[in-house]
Amino acid sequence: MSEAPIYTEYHPRWYRAKISTYWWLGRWPYLKFTLRELSSIAVAFSVVITLFLIRAVIRGPEAYGEFQSRLRTPWAIAAAAVAFGFVLFHTVTWFNSAAQAMVVRVKGKRVPGAVVVAANYAAWLILSGVVTWFLLGG
Amino acid sequence: MAQKRSAEPLLWALFSIGGTVAALLVPVHLFLFGLAIPLGWLEDPGHARLLALLRLPLARLYLFVLCSLALFHWAHRFRFTLYDGLQIKHLNEVVFAFCYGGAFLGTAAAAYLLWNVP
Repeated sequence: MSEAPIYTEYHPRWYRAKISTYWWLGRWPYLKFTLRELSSIAVAFSVVITLFLIRAVIRGPEAYGEFQSRLRTPWAIAAAAVAFGFVLFHTVTWFNSAAQAMVVRVKGKRVPGAVVVAANYAAWLILSGVVTWFLLGG
Repeated sequence: MAQKRSAEPLLWALFSIGGTVAALLVPVHLFLFGLAIPLGWLEDPGHARLLALLRLPLARLYLFVLCSLALFHWAHRFRFTLYDGLQIKHLNEVVFAFCYGGAFLGTAAAAYLLWNVP
């Protein structure tokens, strides 16, 4: 008989094929998935802008004016435009997946997915209008 | 023996609620203050109006919820983007601390600012 097998107290590692760090560049669905995940950075960026805006308002008219002039610089506008594109991408993909994520029942009957998605878009439009009205014209 | 409770269900719930809040409300805020007002498409509401709005308790609560939930949504999604995209799951503790620590710091900053509105 040949040599006795060697046993260890640890579980052996399974074989896993090495995946490239750039696996998500290979196919459009993978890239779309990763871009959707990266949209969260744009969400965080928007929060940071909001927090700086609040700080500027608290500090007084001069600080507010200074912050507004910073927002008017080409770099700030370019960053906001890119972030806005990503944020819209988040909104659209989030609402479109709502039909799979939420099972809504009314009187025991399942509400069709298209209605759930449409309700999300309707709520978005209404809330956007309300926020704009409060901030600019109410 | 008592089983250790996982924080994952809570983190997934914050991700989900934060994602909905972000989808509904973040675009209009970014559009107004990042594009429409700086580019002159819409008139600047002015410091006095924004301060008056900030003095409303409901507006402060709204801003706190918006900022906090949106940040926790970012934290959870970005955590898994780093795990899957860059394949750095072995740096789990660092990624976890960076993402949720960032969300906690942002939430604390929002609370501090909104509490100190004159």
